Order: sequence, then C-alpha cells, then structure tokens
Amino acid sequence: MEAVKVQDLAIGDLPWIVEYHPRRCSLCGKCVAGCTFGAIETGMGRLPSTDGKSIRRMVIRQVASFAHACRGCGMCERVCPNDAIRPVRNPDNRRAVLSRDAGPIKRGGRANLNAPRTLDKIIIGRISQMTDPSLDAQRHTFDIRAPLGRVLSAKELPFAAEGGKLTMAKKAPPVRWIYPLIFADMSIGALSTRAWEAVAMATAYLNERCGLPVRMSSGEGGMPMKLLESEQLKYFIIQIASGHFGWNRIVKALPRMKTDPAAILIKIGQGAKPGDGGLLPAEKAAPHIRAIRGVPKATLSSPPNHQGLYSIEESVQKMHLSMNAAFGFRVPVAIKCAASSTSVAVYNNLLRDPYKICGGFFLDGIQGGTGAANEVSLDHMGHPVVSKIRDCYLAAVKNGLQGQIPLYAGGGVGLTGNAAADAFKLICLGANGVFCGKLLTQLLGCVGNEHGRCNACNTGKCPTGICTQDPRLVKRLDVDRGAQKIVDYVLAFDSELKKLMAPIGNSSLPVGRSDALVSTDKAIADKLGIQYVC
Amino acid sequence: MCRIGAVKSKNPVQPSTALRLMLPQQEGHDNSGFAMVMQDLYGVFGLYKDKPLLSMACTQQGGRLVEEYMDAHRFVKMSEWLPVPDKRKGLNIQAMPYYIFRTYDYPENVTDPDEREALLLDTRLTLRQMLTETGEGYVYSFWPDVLMLKEVGDPMDIATYFHLWDDNGCLVAKNIIVQSRQNTNYEIIRYAAHPFFLQGYTLCANGENTFYTKNKEFQKSLHRGYIGFESDSQNFLYTLHYVLHELKWPIQYYKHVITPLPFSEIEKREDRDVLLSIRQSLSHLEINGPNAIIAGLPDGRMMTCCDSKKLRPVVVGSDGTTVAISSEVCGVNEILPDRDTSKDIYPGEREIVVIDNDLEVERWKQ
Repeated sequence: MEAVKVQDLAIGDLPWIVEYHPRRCSLCGKCVAGCTFGAIETGMGRLPSTDGKSIRRMVIRQVASFAHACRGCGMCERVCPNDAIRPVRNPDNRRAVLSRDAGPIKRGGRANLNAPRTLDKIIIGRISQMTDPSLDAQRHTFDIRAPLGRVLSAKELPFAAEGGKLTMAKKAPPVRWIYPLIFADMSIGALSTRAWEAVAMATAYLNERCGLPVRMSSGEGGMPMKLLESEQLKYFIIQIASGHFGWNRIVKALPRMKTDPAAILIKIGQGAKPGDGGLLPAEKAAPHIRAIRGVPKATLSSPPNHQGLYSIEESVQKMHLSMNAAFGFRVPVAIKCAASSTSVAVYNNLLRDPYKICGGFFLDGIQGGTGAANEVSLDHMGHPVVSKIRDCYLAAVKNGLQGQIPLYAGGGVGLTGNAAADAFKLICLGANGVFCGKLLTQLLGCVGNEHGRCNACNTGKCPTGICTQDPRLVKRLDVDRGAQKIVDYVLAFDSELKKLMAPIGNSSLPVGRSDALVSTDKAIADKLGIQYVC
Repeated sequence: MCRIGAVKSKNPVQPSTALRLMLPQQEGHDNSGFAMVMQDLYGVFGLYKDKPLLSMACTQQGGRLVEEYMDAHRFVKMSEWLPVPDKRKGLNIQAMPYYIFRTYDYPENVTDPDEREALLLDTRLTLRQMLTETGEGYVYSFWPDVLMLKEVGDPMDIATYFHLWDDNGCLVAKNIIVQSRQNTNYEIIRYAAHPFFLQGYTLCANGENTFYTKNKEFQKSLHRGYIGFESDSQNFLYTLHYVLHELKWPIQYYKHVITPLPFSEIEKREDRDVLLSIRQSLSHLEINGPNAIIAGLPDGRMMTCCDSKKLRPVVVGSDGTTVAISSEVCGVNEILPDRDTSKDIYPGEREIVVIDNDLEVERWKQ
C-alpha cells in the first residue's frame, strides 16, 4: 500500500484550487509572472499522448502552501491568452483549521461570514400616490446636502434682531454642508500612494467639475505636503487615529495652509476590527510611507486607544478641544467609533457635552472593510450599524437633540453595489449621511469580496496595485481610469438618490423619515420602528 | 386637497360670510365637516374681549366635569353663550349634546401676563385630557377674544344647526379662519380638522406634510402644547408658534424655517450665516410636500404662504374693507364680487404675505 503522509498540506486543503488545462497552455508564463502570491510555479509534468503513452513537458503547478496559497484573485485567468487557467473555490478547504501555525490569521477586506443584511430587508414603501404628487427625478431640483459640524439648538443660536432682521451677534460652531457620501478613511500606506491619489483626484473632480461637495477622509497616514498646502485641502477630512501617524507633518504644515480642511476626524474605533488600532504590516511600510508617517521599517500597530484618554470627558476635553483650537475653531471636529452596544451611551454623552464641540458621530458597522486585521476580529467582532444608527437617532429624539451632532453611518454601505439604496435607507432611519471605503477600492479594480476572494490587502502583494507599495504592482493601477470609475459611480449614486427621493415627494434629504420605510421582516420592523408589511 | 379660507374685515362679519367663501370651492370630500376660528369678537362676546373664552363640545357629564374643574381652580364665570340648535330632521351633522362658549375671569392671584398665558394653555390641556379620558367631549380653545367651532358633517347643515345662516348678530368677528371638511386621510375625529389653535395662533394648511414624522418627533420635545398630531398639518401651527412665540423671530423667518432656500441660493446671500444656521438648527421643522397655509396671529394679523414648489394654490383679494384669503378664487369672487381683481395676489413659492389690522398688505420675498 502506498504510504500517505496525511500531515502534509495538499492542494485540496487550500481555499482555492487552480484549475489548469495543460493542453490549452502555450507556456507563455504570463500567469506565473502575474501571480503576486507565488501560488503557481512551473515544473515538469507528464501528460498523456495520443499514442496511449505519456510525454514529459513543462506545466503550471499550484504550490501547496498557505504562505503561497491562491487567493482566488483571478489575475492568472485575466492574463492567460488561451483560457487555460483559473482559480476555483474549494468548499472542502481546511484553511480555517490548519493555517494558524504562525499565529492568528490576518487578512484585509470585510467580514466573510455573510450574515444576511438588514438593509436588504427594508424597502421604501411610502410612495406618493394621489394624496400628494411624486416629484420628477429628472426635472425637479434636489437639495442633497448633509451637515458636518456641531449644530446648535435654535434657542442657542447667537442671533440679534435689528430692524426686523436677524443677524449673527457671535460666532457659532463651524458647520459644513457636504455631499452625504463621504469617502472613508483609507490611509496612504493601507492604499498605494497612486490608489490614494486616484480617490483624491475623483474627490477634486466631483467638487470642481460636477458640483458635488464630496469629502474624502485622509485615513491615519498623513497627507502629501503639496496637498496640505493647496486650495484642495478644503475637500479633505484629516484623520487622527491612535498612532497619530502623519501628524508631525500636518502640524508643521499648519502655518502654510492656504485653506482649512473640511473637518478633523478623530478615529476612536473601526467597525471591521473594533477594539484594535490600525495595522500596517511591515511589508507595506515602504520608504515613502515611513517618511510620511515618520516611522522606522516595522509593522505599525496603532494602539487600541488614544493614549492618555481614560474617559469620554477626557476625550472631549483633550482631543476635541485641542483639535478645535489647532484650527482656530473654524474646522468641525468629529469622531468615528466602531458600532457597539455602547454607542448610544457615547452619543448621549457627546450630545450633552457642555462645550458643544463634537461636530459629527461616525458609526462604523461590522460589515466595514479594512486593510489588515485579525480574521477573528473581522468575522466575529463588531456590531451591525443599521439598528445602532437608529438607536442613536431615537436617543437624540427622546432628548429633543436630533440633528445637533450629525450622524454618519458606514460599514458595508454599498456592499452589494447599491450604495444609493443603502444610503437612502440609513438616512430615513436617522443618519445624515454615509461613508464608504471598500466600495471605492472595488471601483478602482479591487477584486476582493466577502466570500474569501483575495482579501490580501495586508500582504503587500495586492494584485491590483491598490493596497501595496510595490512599485511594480502599483503600475497595474491606471490612476485616471480608476478615478473616472469613482466619479461615474458617484454621479450614478446622485441620480439614484433622486430616483428614491422623488417618489416619496422629497426634494431635500429625508433624515429620520422612518415612515418612508417598510420591512417584510417583523423583527426588523419592530426593532427599527417601521411598518411591517407582507 | 383641503380648501381653506379666511376673512379679515374692518367691519365685523358673521360666519355666513366665511361659509359663502368656502361653499363655491367645494369638491370631493369638502363637505365632510366645518371648522372655524373667530378672533377679535363683537356680538355676544364683544364686552369680554380681555377675558379668556372657552370653546368646547361635550356631553352633560363633560360639562359638569369642566365646571367643577374651573371652579376648583378659581376661574370666575363671566358670560356664556349656548347655541340653541335647529334639530330638524335630515341634517347631516354628528352633533355633540352641548356646545359651550363661556368667558371666565382669571383667578385673582394670577396677574402676570406670562403666567396667565401659561395658565390658559395648561388649563386647556388638562381639560382636553380629562374629556378625552372620559370620552365626554372636546375642548378647542381657551383664549381671550377667540371662539372656535369644529363639527363633523355637511357644512351647510352644520350652519343650519347652529343658525349661522340667520346672521343674528350673536357671533361676529373681524377675523375668521375657516375650513369645510374633515381630515379624510386618517381617522375622522374632531381634533384632526383645521384650523388648529395654540396661544393666539391659528392655522389652516391645505396639503400633505411629507416630513410629518420628523416634524412630529422634533416638536414633541419643543413645547408642552405641541400635542395631538392627529393631522399632519398641525406641524405648521406648532412651527409658527415656535418661531414667533418661543424664538421671537420676525415672521418672515417662518418661511425660511418651513421651506428653506436651496443651499446654492443661500450661498449667494449676504445673510447666509443666519439662513444656514436656521436651516441646520431647525432642519427637522422643514416641510416638504404640497402645501398652502393661512394663519392668524395673536395681534390679529393674518399670514399666507405656500410650499417651495407652489404645488398648492392660494389667493388674496380685497375690496378695501375686507380681505379674503382662499384656496380658490371662486370663493373670493362670491364674497367680494366688486373688488379689483387685477390687485388679487397669488403668493409665489418664495413669498410670505401678511395682512395687518388696517388691511395693509406686506409681502416678503424669501
């Protein structure tokens, strides 16, 4: 009997099996050259010949190793001129059991457990029929803007009345009215500089050519000096996270800034890996990244907390006040938290903060994406964002404070490709706007998905040049085409939002218009306080 | 679409004038009810203009409950007018057993004007709650120089029932705001019919408020008097009260609250800081949907405006002695046939029109 070493790793243990047709293969080598993971290699094989015997010749072979496991990205298939090779998902793989030899599994992307989405069980069921007219999505004008900044109650507005006119007697906290879709924080480092640039170009184009005041968050990785000192800084939300990466340069650039940034976003947590700080593996800490961040070549693990902050009052006083003060109280300062069972308590505290300096509450749900995280966090930790946004909104309603700290929802927005519908539903439930990141990388060309495809953002081997600092890989990304794809998507998003607003008779955003939504799921309807229909 | 109307005159008029304003406009459901608010009263209440007047419809038990409450809270009854109904057969009216219009003097220990205002509101809210819980009636208003009647049925028959066609000089006022239907969208209950009234502010709104839910959720926490919400049009009254009575902003800012300018227009304005602040602080009071509004203010002025797309009509006509505001011009033609129609005003979508007590018309463009 043949001796079988069952402890050896076999191709059948891997999550993807490379299906290869040697008879179609012309041995051009493009697939091997194109595979960034080293998942395939050339070798000698024996093929049956027409005379019933076999011949020895060169073939493409999959490597039986988790370190070089095929990620299913399909680059081999893309470059093969003969349809000779493609990755096939392996439902019987043993990755989850066997691949923890070097510690916890790390990867990028979104949660892969694929819980059913609440948003897909909600539909917009309140249609203007007879009692009031629907608007015309193509002909009416729509006012699609969302506030970012601390909004005072009407009684707190510093108005003086003179001759039947109201005037501002004092300064009020800064509030920007922006497009309700924010490009979420993906750092230079997590993204290649070129991918980050593509998103930034799309942002500028949408503002300057399309009239849509879309704002982009820098992520925790600093910003290019040229951008910090340009007029375009006003389109950017500068993020400060627990590692404070990039802030050395940002602070130095302050005196030379021509304009204020759109906002400052203090990242407390992230939906994809709540309780973890940012993570930039050493593989991605290329020299230019280290220069921007001011760090040595090492894996950059941001701490889970902002150091020195041991209470929410501390946070408000230290972080918010210092950030407000740094920009002369002219720039809204918002925070981003991972959605959690405690989110309402956090939001209540912020709403009741006597300084009134928190300009936005960004809530990031479990279906958000990341560049690098422990898989156990990605798949098993976090909180859905939909009910939590609703809870926060209703907590504000209970206190009559709705709208005072704008709510932004993220974490899986656009996961199915339909970001406008997701945004609209979240807005009806109480969000002022939404943010999304993963969708942008997908528009740039990322092939990762929530079914275990690719998700190699942490490896520095991103096959699309988006999440890597390897200059050869970055060349795969066409920055202009990528930016154009994002612009086109946002323009369609805008049209789709109008298509959803018009039938419910609204020309401005229906924030909190829960009466516009219905659900065919009774539990969801009850939880969210919307109509159950069947 | 509800048809709404108002008459403001230098010479006091009787309810039949308001009825004649409304009846030509009738269409569809516009014969399902009748409601009016009379302000600046003459006739039987002319001598008691400074005394709060309670308007209610109730059962005998309800009347007794109210009387006991008012006595216990040291209100002193001054005068009363109980309509003697025409109970002929065949009238389409779902009448209550008693209609009580009664003036009181304030409890002697309450002399401060603000305290008195608060007391009148709290008393009405308590009476309303009492009558609702017991199912013994409805209290509509409790305010000096203001009378309110609401009833379900055909307005012509309701007028017959109350002898309003007789012009007998009992109910006479310089200002009447009126509507002749029930709110047919939801349950037919008396409180759901316009006009709505709160602390001297009266309002009718013709249309749909598609931001009803967010308006309601916000208003509930703004003021104890913002209750009921039986109709999506009550929001307009509460916002009017909030802007003028609570915030004490000039009236033209009401329009900026309910139908704010688009951001692109605000940006071009010199007062953009003020307008943006209003828009962001009161975004939950914005209305979105087709509407026209007619309102009466505590000082007797009247106001009208409509939605930002002008999806619902309203017209203002005057013959110099009387101003009529109405959803459709046929009503104005009925009561002011000899006016100069070229001077009729059809307010624009960005306009707010105010008629003062000398019938001078002020128009503000937003």
